Amino acid sequence: MIAYADFKIESLAYFSKKMPNHVRWVLQQIKSRIERLNALFRPVMHYNCSAHHEGTNMTEEASNISSDTAAYPWSKNEMFLFRAALAFAMRDYTNGEEFGVSDIHPCDETERVSFWFVVTRPNTTDLVDKGTVEMAIKKSRNRINGAFLLTDQTLEFDGIYPTLAAPVSPATPPWLIVFGVVMGAVSVGIIALLVYPLVQRKLKKNKDADDEDSDEETGVKTAEIGANDGIYNSMFSDDERFTQM
Amino acid sequence: MKLKLPNPGLDDRIPSHEDLERMETEEAGDRPKWDNKAQYLLTCVGFCVGLGNVWRFPYLCQSHGGGAFMIPFLILLVLEGIPLLHLEFAIGQRLRKGSVGVWRAINPYLTGVGIASLLVSFLVGMYYNTIMAWIMWYLFNSFQDPLPWSQCPLNANSTGLVAECARSTTVDYFWYRETLNTSAAIDDAGGLQWWMVLALFAAWTLLYVCCIRGIETSGKAVYITSTLPYLVLTIFLIRGLTLKGSTQGIKYLFTPDVDELMNPQTWLDAGAQVFYSFSVAFGGLISFSSYNSVHNNCEQDAVLISIINGCTSVYSATVIYSIIGFRATQKFDECQGDNILQLINAFDYPENSITIDNYDQVLTNLNQTNPDIIQGLPLKTCDMETLLSQGVEGTGLAFIVFTEAIIKMPVSPLWAVLFFIMLFCLGLSTMFGSIEGVVVPLQDLRVLPQTWPKEVFTGLTCLISFALGLIFTLRSGNYWLALFDNFAGSIPLLVIGFCEMFAVIYIYGIDRFNKDIEFMVGHKPNIFWQATWRVISPLIMIFILIFYFVTQVTKDLTYLVWDEEAANFPVLEARPYPSWIYVIIFILAGIPSLVIPIFALFKFFQRKCCKDKSYKDHPVDTISAKIEMNGKAKF
Repeated sequence: MIAYADFKIESLAYFSKKMPNHVRWVLQQIKSRIERLNALFRPVMHYNCSAHHEGTNMTEEASNISSDTAAYPWSKNEMFLFRAALAFAMRDYTNGEEFGVSDIHPCDETERVSFWFVVTRPNTTDLVDKGTVEMAIKKSRNRINGAFLLTDQTLEFDGIYPTLAAPVSPATPPWLIVFGVVMGAVSVGIIALLVYPLVQRKLKKNKDADDEDSDEETGVKTAEIGANDGIYNSMFSDDERFTQM
Repeated sequence: MKLKLPNPGLDDRIPSHEDLERMETEEAGDRPKWDNKAQYLLTCVGFCVGLGNVWRFPYLCQSHGGGAFMIPFLILLVLEGIPLLHLEFAIGQRLRKGSVGVWRAINPYLTGVGIASLLVSFLVGMYYNTIMAWIMWYLFNSFQDPLPWSQCPLNANSTGLVAECARSTTVDYFWYRETLNTSAAIDDAGGLQWWMVLALFAAWTLLYVCCIRGIETSGKAVYITSTLPYLVLTIFLIRGLTLKGSTQGIKYLFTPDVDELMNPQTWLDAGAQVFYSFSVAFGGLISFSSYNSVHNNCEQDAVLISIINGCTSVYSATVIYSIIGFRATQKFDECQGDNILQLINAFDYPENSITIDNYDQVLTNLNQTNPDIIQGLPLKTCDMETLLSQGVEGTGLAFIVFTEAIIKMPVSPLWAVLFFIMLFCLGLSTMFGSIEGVVVPLQDLRVLPQTWPKEVFTGLTCLISFALGLIFTLRSGNYWLALFDNFAGSIPLLVIGFCEMFAVIYIYGIDRFNKDIEFMVGHKPNIFWQATWRVISPLIMIFILIFYFVTQVTKDLTYLVWDEEAANFPVLEARPYPSWIYVIIFILAGIPSLVIPIFALFKFFQRKCCKDKSYKDHPVDTISAKIEMNGKAKF
């Protein structure tokens, strides 16, 4: 007996778009039991991910995703790229299960680039549970971002928080380097300014010592050098060398 | 009003005009001299133009009616600033001494005025150089990309950002936590923060190397420190005007609100700003002026420097507000962007369906159609006015608001480096004047042996200031600095300024002063100077002093703390000071002011009880003292 069960969708991804350059994907978890049918009961599950929503059709209206670097309109091709990227992520995470583009099912797209999606196992209609999809996306997040030229802030999966990259902290804080340079320059300056006058004084003292020597030599003028250079004052001259008696 | 108090013996204490002429022609080598006029002007401009022009004036301008604030500012500049400046220049040039020497020469009982100047210069220099240390810290940290104040660090288990940073902003966090590591109260001292100690050490040693031999060395440094800020301001103006939103900031700054002129607080703030902006009463200007030649035209200098100071204030206000306008516009756009995003997400509208222009319209529509959903959304109110008026004075402007603006500009590290170099130069040139105002009176007071070279005096000053300034490197250091800023640099300066004016006009004698100026400059000072010196300026200063005193004494003394547990967290909370702070306040504000009468009394008792007059004050004039022996000795 094959029972047609009406399963609640276990994992839904809601893809939504932020203004102006955001694409937001939202995963919504349905809290209820995630029961897996055992092999015995394998009903054919016709899933209709829009069954949980107000029954809207998938609308694929072209709308613009603009980003800082490139503005491109959202289109079916972009959706195809998304499905391919997600298939890659699933393959990468599960190490080889051959997920294809047809295993990713987006639905409930809105005018704002935002939609739900579900992932089924290859060649079956089994749903892959949310946890696995989340882990796969986390692992390949950079690649998915790169495919759309977006970042963690502009492409959002609701429920998957970006792992925070630690701010780069180099081994020596850069400020210490600049501090060292400045202190080095200042110390050289201080030493130079303190030593310079001492050196100058010493040079001057040597020069003065030379000058003083030459002064002393000419201090006492002998007749040969210039004792007779002075003004001859006849008042004091001795007309007669010997006093007259 | 020809009031003149008796002042015996004045002629013996000051050089006469003939002496001055003689000193002018024969180079008295041991007093330093300016290399050229430009050096003198640059030093004075550097001393007057300081951080206050950049971060106090724009705030006052914007908060007291924008363009209308110019009116009281200019009026008080002319009636109060220029006369005071001219007075200090003239008296320094005439008596050729530092501040203690000048007041002692006018009358030994007035030496207290010089000592008060010394104390105020010392206290202000101590905390001002700490601000320099903060600027240097930011400057050292600007040589990296991304700038450290643009990101929040992760918390301990890397699950998210540090709570303190997430609740406030990255720039707040960097300032209060990573720079100051501030505690939550002034009595919670915390320990010395080693990185701040290093920065303070760097600031003092750099100052020492520039001031090591007084104006010989600082005179060379001012060529750069006084001119670079203008260059950087121009660069920022050009950069700022090309940024979106800058014109809004400038409009906000200058939009006049004439009603503010009726508010007495506006006039009080304008007067106080003019007074403090001119760096009078520190003693530094008297010192600088005393190194001039006797016939230097001090009147022209005073007017020129006042005009430069006023224009710099207005110019830097324009630059600052263009950048603030940019920051406000960025934050407004971000805020609106967030709101629009919320609406689009909630209602699944396509991209770009809601823009800033139709946001209000759409919001009102949606409020009518789906009010419950709208209520549930955390929409923020985005108001340009509040963003433009956010905390934009003092250290808040430089280290929080401006740094935030810088990280939004492209090539941020370049702008950060330029900005902090500009602030550093502005502060350094002011510190030259402070050091001059401490070292020269110290030498004149002869408390330390005269034979010690100037390098030792400067070194001692820097060392002691550094040691005492370590208090600002504690975790509560920011609160201590605010205390010093409010009390050490306010009331004592007003008191000293008033006493200076009174002493020169009424104790030295306005007649003698007029004749001196006629001798130095060539013409007697005109009626404008007479009126302002004798009546107008002293009255204005008394007014400001009384009002200031009354407002300080009557209001409850509170200070702003950064406390994570406070109710409005990112907003600083006002807390009352603990009671022992009042003792500190008295020491800071009262002691310099009270030194003036106390020293006068001390001198009075000294004269009374010990009648031995200091003979060295009255050298005996003899003929043999004037004879030249061997052409070498001259007594």
